[in-house]
Amino acid sequence: MKMLAKWRLLSLFAMMALVLSGCGEPYLSALRPAGEVAQSQYELMLLSTAIMVGVIAVVTIIFIYVVMKFRRKNDNEIPKQVEGSHKLEILWTVIPILLLLILAVPTVAATFKLADVSPMEKKNAEGKTDALVINVRANLYWWEFEYPNEEIVTSQELVVPTDEKVYFNLKASDVKHSFWIPSAGGKMDTNTDNVNKFWLEFDSKGADEAGGLFYGKCAELCGPSHALMDFKVKALPSAEFDQWVADMQGVKEPVQAESTTAQQGQEIFNNSCIGCHAVTPANTAPEAARVGPNLTNFGDRSRIAGVLEHNEENLKKWLEDPEVYKPGNKMTGKYPELDKAELDALTEYLMGLKVQK
Amino acid sequence: MSTYAQKKGFGATLWDFLTTVDHKKIAILYLIAGGFFFILGGLEALFIRIQLAVPNNDFVSAGFYNEILTMHGTTMIFLAAMPLVFAFMNAVMPLQIGARDVAFPFLNSLGFWLFFFGGVFLNLSWFLGGAPDAGWTSYASLSLASETHGIDFYALGLQISGAGTLIGGINFLVTIVNMRAPGMTYMRMPMFTWATFVTSALILFAFPPLTVGLFLLIFDRMFGANFFDVSMGGNTVIWEHLFWIFGHPEVYILILPAFGIFSEIFAIFSRKRLFGYSSMVFATVLIGFLGFMVWAHHMFTTGLGPIANAIFAVATMAIAVPTGIKIFNWLFTMWGGSIKFTTPMLWAVAFIPSFVAGGVTGVMLASAAADYQYHDSYFVVAHFHYVIVGGVVFALFAGAHLYWPKMFGTMLNETLGKITFWLFLIGFHLTFFIQHFLGLMGMPRRIFTFLPGQGLETGNLISSIGAIFMAVAVIVLLINVIMTSVKNEKVGNDPWGDGRTLEWAIASPPPFYNFKQLPLVRGLDAYWLEKMEGKKGMTPAEPLGDIHMPNNSFIPFVISFGLFIAAFGAMYRADYAWGLPVLILGMAVTLGSMFVRSIKDDHGFHIHKEDLMEDDNDKGVKA
Repeated sequence: MKMLAKWRLLSLFAMMALVLSGCGEPYLSALRPAGEVAQSQYELMLLSTAIMVGVIAVVTIIFIYVVMKFRRKNDNEIPKQVEGSHKLEILWTVIPILLLLILAVPTVAATFKLADVSPMEKKNAEGKTDALVINVRANLYWWEFEYPNEEIVTSQELVVPTDEKVYFNLKASDVKHSFWIPSAGGKMDTNTDNVNKFWLEFDSKGADEAGGLFYGKCAELCGPSHALMDFKVKALPSAEFDQWVADMQGVKEPVQAESTTAQQGQEIFNNSCIGCHAVTPANTAPEAARVGPNLTNFGDRSRIAGVLEHNEENLKKWLEDPEVYKPGNKMTGKYPELDKAELDALTEYLMGLKVQK
Repeated sequence: MSTYAQKKGFGATLWDFLTTVDHKKIAILYLIAGGFFFILGGLEALFIRIQLAVPNNDFVSAGFYNEILTMHGTTMIFLAAMPLVFAFMNAVMPLQIGARDVAFPFLNSLGFWLFFFGGVFLNLSWFLGGAPDAGWTSYASLSLASETHGIDFYALGLQISGAGTLIGGINFLVTIVNMRAPGMTYMRMPMFTWATFVTSALILFAFPPLTVGLFLLIFDRMFGANFFDVSMGGNTVIWEHLFWIFGHPEVYILILPAFGIFSEIFAIFSRKRLFGYSSMVFATVLIGFLGFMVWAHHMFTTGLGPIANAIFAVATMAIAVPTGIKIFNWLFTMWGGSIKFTTPMLWAVAFIPSFVAGGVTGVMLASAAADYQYHDSYFVVAHFHYVIVGGVVFALFAGAHLYWPKMFGTMLNETLGKITFWLFLIGFHLTFFIQHFLGLMGMPRRIFTFLPGQGLETGNLISSIGAIFMAVAVIVLLINVIMTSVKNEKVGNDPWGDGRTLEWAIASPPPFYNFKQLPLVRGLDAYWLEKMEGKKGMTPAEPLGDIHMPNNSFIPFVISFGLFIAAFGAMYRADYAWGLPVLILGMAVTLGSMFVRSIKDDHGFHIHKEDLMEDDNDKGVKA
């Protein structure tokens, strides 16, 4: 009998997992976990859903029985006036308490596990951490990712190694945002007051299913373009990630454009854009000076402004009038209007900003 | 001859409602104003669903969408759900305890007008430069960064209407403590009165934190303070705490009266005493108490640390226990009963599975580690609409049908009522069930649009279609109300035939003094007990005598209007030279009318015994 109940529970779990895994895209859905954090959260979801489906089933059975059985047949009938039943009342007080305990224990355990960021504190001889740490800074409507150990900065596209715990320092530089990569794990707010810390892990299997690119979202209302404050996460095998870091570190000076159009573009960039956008990855400039996304590897990225498909046409449209694509952004009006030739030149220059060989 | 039965002109009726201190008329005012704001909030909801029906929609702009979503939430919570709950509390609670009015009729009127002017002030923002756009939670960093006067409208409007709510809550508390009819002990009070009692206590403790938070916000935005300005040493997380210390009890302030209404309905239409009455009372009080212990579960992702998160997770889960007790007690009230499926009963029956679905997702959200995924996603949107619509709004519809005869003396059409019910029920589940999955599939809440290719298209379209059903349902209800009012077929004391509590023992609508003689209460379901012994009405607890009644007063209107003026002054003080004088003028109007109220002797009036007896004779003639 006990075995049977166990099997039933298991099959219920399997059923739910099957139903839920059909939900959503592998690069975005919390129901397609692609890492240790998302996985443990997914398991909690399954456990709580199973308990809750059980509760709903009991209520529904009683409900249907009552509603069917006790309809009024005769207008004169007066049912027996029952005060209550201590036995029943104790029963439906104690059983829920037990069910909640079953849920509470793994909840508390997971809450502590997900908050364990002790490797961030352990410094080695160089004063750096052995663990990979990334400082996330959320801004009206873009994201900056600084790798303090590697001393590089990138924006909009987070690059991480797979199958390794990645630790995050999170904060916001203007209003509160929230950092969320659903398929890798739950969110954490980026406050204006303090630095929040947490960790995520991206497994290689999940990364393969997602095509190596996860979607990240801002989850806290932050202004008109809150809905468009997307970022992407490129999850690379460890060796490729190290190569990427080395490539980034290799860019010491702004890369000289090659074609003549691109050189014109670079000139425009140096006159109008470089005040906000850096094209070298070094993290030496203070945060306050990094007012726009770092563009060192702009050509390698998969979206323009986090939301538009990455092609020249979209880049031109964006440069022409960012307000149309991200209302309330901080770039609109910060640079002189660009004519068609200037747009072409600038686009060619920006698209050529590649680090990955 | 009685004066109140005479037909009055429109002007006289209007003046009567502007000055009334009668809890039954104030209930009607709350119903009309709350109903109006409910429709307004519903329209805002429709705009939201139209905008999100397809990806990349441009029905409304990004900034305007944020105003709509903010006003939808704020309006529905503060200006629709709360006043509608107050409407039923006002209409029914004094009757249920056998009182002639609330303890402070003047304050009751003041509470309404404060709410009304606060709500009007908030909604004027649409026409005066833009509505608030930082969400109904108005988190400090964003609300300080917001450039229009929208947030000022939010802070000042809610401050004014919040004062009204607080006054109303205190009034109900005092009424229930002091004005119960002879024999009505606490444990003989109807469940709805118990719910009103606990709700009022929650209001008493929950609204002050909101008041404090709003004042700090007002000082920051309008008077140069820096409570939430991080660069000046302020702290925005404090706002989150203050808001949710209020905000979480607030949802119980809404749901407990809903529970109360359903408790009445289950008992009435099952012809059975509420199962486990004392455990229901206990559960209500416990929910009210625990409601103050769990606010930080709205802040699991704020970064409070695992210890706080774990404690608040477990505390939140604990609330499921008393709520579960209630669900099973309702089921067992019906068990063995004689169920009649009237419109109110349909709502009550549908409430059980709908609310259980919302309740269990609440427990899922309580699981802190998993909440990091749910938080601020459409999963949360689905959850709180399941509890607030599936619980509170269902109760308001049920209550409207149940108490319509008691409030207006006419019955809403049952067929139309059932059409409303089915349309709304289908629309509700269609709209919100799918949103659980949208959230888990990675859709954050409060987004004005979504991009194609993220697997979110189908779900959002289904959700938008559901909204149309709900809109049609509300239109049918409005038609029903108009038809019923035009037909104006009066009904007797106990139109449902199965009334159990005191309000069904007197005329519909009751005379303005409610009970000619205070009734003697001999147990729970006092009127039912008398009926079962073959009596027609309640046994009086006192001989017929003069009744002392309060005079109408226009002062509550003026006090509230003064604050309404002052709010404009406070808001435009920094922009225009006339701001400060207007602020002072408004405060002078308010304080001046309060002064008049204090020094003017107003002893009310007496209805004489002879007139009361004549009333009886009038009725005798009619019959």
